[in-house]
Amino acid sequence: MGIETLTLDRSAIQGEEMVLNIGPQHPSTHGVLRLQVVTDGEIVTKITPYIGYLHRCFEKHCENVTYEQVIPFVDRCDYIASMNNNFGYAVAMEELMGIEVSEKVHYIRVIVAELNRIASHLLAIGTFGLDVGAFTPFLYCFRDRERILDLFELLCGARLLYNYIWVGGVSHDFPIGFVEKVYEFLDYFEPKIQEYNDLLTFNKIFIERTADVGVLPADVAISYGVSGPNLRGSGVKWDLRKNEPYSIYNKFDFDIPIGTGAMGTVGGCWDRYYVRIRELEESVKITRQALDQIPREGDVHAALPKKIRPPKGHVYSRTETPRGDLGFYIISDGKPKPFRLKLRSPAFTALSCINEIARGWMIADVIAILGSLDIVLGEIDR
Amino acid sequence: MISDYIPILVVFILAAGFAFAILALSHILGPRVKNSVKLSPYESGVDLVGKTRVRISIRYFLIALLFIIFDIEIVFLFPWAVVFKDFLSFGWTIFIEMAVFLFILGFGFLYVWKKGALEWE
Amino acid sequence: MDLIDFIIICIKVVLVFAATMLAVMGMIYAERRISAFIQNRLGPNRVGPKGLFQPLADGLKFLMKEDIIPTAVNKPLYLLAPAMLLIPALMTFAVIPFGSSLTLFGRQISLQVANINIGVLYILALTSVGVYGIVLAGWSSNSKYPLLGGLRSSAQLISYELSMGLAIVAIVLMTGSLRLNDIVSSQQGHLFSWYVFKQPLAFLIFLIAVYAETNRLPFDLAEAEQELVGGYHTEYSSMKFAMFFMAEYANMITAAAFTVTLFFGGWDIPFVDEAAMGNWGALLSGIAFILKTAFFLFLYIWVRWTFPRFRYDQLMNLGWKVMLPLALLNIFITGGILTIIS
Repeated sequence: MGIETLTLDRSAIQGEEMVLNIGPQHPSTHGVLRLQVVTDGEIVTKITPYIGYLHRCFEKHCENVTYEQVIPFVDRCDYIASMNNNFGYAVAMEELMGIEVSEKVHYIRVIVAELNRIASHLLAIGTFGLDVGAFTPFLYCFRDRERILDLFELLCGARLLYNYIWVGGVSHDFPIGFVEKVYEFLDYFEPKIQEYNDLLTFNKIFIERTADVGVLPADVAISYGVSGPNLRGSGVKWDLRKNEPYSIYNKFDFDIPIGTGAMGTVGGCWDRYYVRIRELEESVKITRQALDQIPREGDVHAALPKKIRPPKGHVYSRTETPRGDLGFYIISDGKPKPFRLKLRSPAFTALSCINEIARGWMIADVIAILGSLDIVLGEIDR
Repeated sequence: MISDYIPILVVFILAAGFAFAILALSHILGPRVKNSVKLSPYESGVDLVGKTRVRISIRYFLIALLFIIFDIEIVFLFPWAVVFKDFLSFGWTIFIEMAVFLFILGFGFLYVWKKGALEWE
Repeated sequence: MDLIDFIIICIKVVLVFAATMLAVMGMIYAERRISAFIQNRLGPNRVGPKGLFQPLADGLKFLMKEDIIPTAVNKPLYLLAPAMLLIPALMTFAVIPFGSSLTLFGRQISLQVANINIGVLYILALTSVGVYGIVLAGWSSNSKYPLLGGLRSSAQLISYELSMGLAIVAIVLMTGSLRLNDIVSSQQGHLFSWYVFKQPLAFLIFLIAVYAETNRLPFDLAEAEQELVGGYHTEYSSMKFAMFFMAEYANMITAAAFTVTLFFGGWDIPFVDEAAMGNWGALLSGIAFILKTAFFLFLYIWVRWTFPRFRYDQLMNLGWKVMLPLALLNIFITGGILTIIS
């Protein structure tokens, strides 16, 4: 009997890949998203997002309703930041029709949009904390978000889907005492940002979990079309409020926070998260200036016919929502209903890069990366 | 003394009795409305993809193997620690004996560390 | 041993068991209330005064829930797993002394269920048995999330058991006994005879390891709901689900009591001679023990609702590359110093 040489069959000891579904019924997919994750042990080798669980034919619907009736649909796209969506649609329509709105309307719009930006970022920060296992900051964020929702309820009666910013104006003026209440909220809110920082931002475990994880390099971000805080987290100074000022954003003094890699690599989850924290401060700054300057008198509706009939033509207009560049492409054929309406969703582009940046990380990181991208499925699926 | 362990036996009987009693009780008391969807394994709300009984990554086994090595070390350390004070009258002998053992083991640990067995990647 | 001794043992066992169950209920209530206060909420406050009967109501609800056994599971192991976790969890407390001794009808009754000479090993052994419950629950469920949770958990528990064991070795070096009574009595006297002051490094390692052993945040990867939904107990329902939680809380109570016994003098009140005070001393020592344990239980809750969770590899790195070498070093230093002193 000869001596057998022992050869090691590598495939016999290699672990098999396991397909894991994260979503649609899963605690951390921020809506009904399905991520099909291929894992080897804990390492994720491939991620495929499956979307469409929340598809409501938004764009097709819009072709069958009048221009005013589109606004409630726009609300339901990014339901976390309805005001900003209303704002984007109103800006696009006004550009298409060539309407100038009064000074007061501009100020009102900026105030509510920035308040909504704060509310939206609070949700993003809170749920991101939740995704890495910190429960308490989530409820702290909701405590403060609640106050903004109360303000909006006072303003227009709704707490989530406002239908407040209309083409050519806003649905109604600020109620009596609203400005004082917003001041009061800002005074209350500003010190709270420090609280989030103490509790979550500079927590050692939190930094360990997020700083170098899911790095989105600037060139990859740009080639995927990522925008908003996700792009700024990668160190690109791009904010439509500064770069292509719409409405009256050029009147205010504010900074654009970008990711600096203070705790790790530029473009990591922590950078994206911290950009949002810093934007809270900037939004407070803008809101304060707007409240100081808002004209006492003025009409909140432009003179418009009951049925809006924009002239034939098309327009592409984009605004900065809490999630990034929200674009509206509207084609008008002169009838009261849009011929075609296309929405460019910032959350959709943000989600599209997840396979690129989350591959090779662990399952826990995929959840953290998804949370740091701050997607809203209502807008992705439309 | 074996009689010291009688309380342990009593505790075991009580704990086991309790555990199985509530298992049985909930089985008897609960309603039973079954259907195939309810009885299927959880897969985040979609049909099962792939199989569950896959070959598990070898890294988990590596941890288990390392654990056994170091757990045996602890098993050696306990009796040593118990008699440590009694043998102190002989000077450094007992300390050095264990120090040699720990050094050898420490080298093993360092080897494992440098070899990358503790890394997950 | 005569019949009266046996009856005394039985009474003690039943009393301690009832106290443990009561403490588990109290702990569930405390966790929910304290977490609510940490988070600006109210917490359960409807059932009974201040919501005190909430755990009772929860228990009843669990009993009345449908007992779902999924078709894919390995049935014997699936049914056995929660019991395998709960039984050791309820048994561990037996060796922990919770007071000095009472004198009733001329009999001296020590406030401890079983005074065995390998108390420390007994606790370590039973916590290891608990791992089987988790692994089997994960594997027998035949579903992906529980499987991953079970794997993670087993790797985590065995890794941190090493550091925990090594931290305890340092204490045993100082005491020269594995009997928990001896460990307590060697810490009597003034405050600084507590091992937390003599062995601060061992205490830190032990405390961290105990958090990992009980699967609590920041080490609760086994049931990380954001990734693995429910971890190893995803497929469990009704009382079987509740048993995992009872085991978790029972483990926490034992772990807190064990920490107190090893490092904070057990039932000892500094500068007070409990034995000289007779039955009052026993009562006071029992209260002292409960208060100390309650503090550590509060710490558990406080930490859980403050920190985020570690990632799996970070957890392993901390266990193997930081705590294990430190624990070895601690034994080395302790041994060296003891030799020099003698």
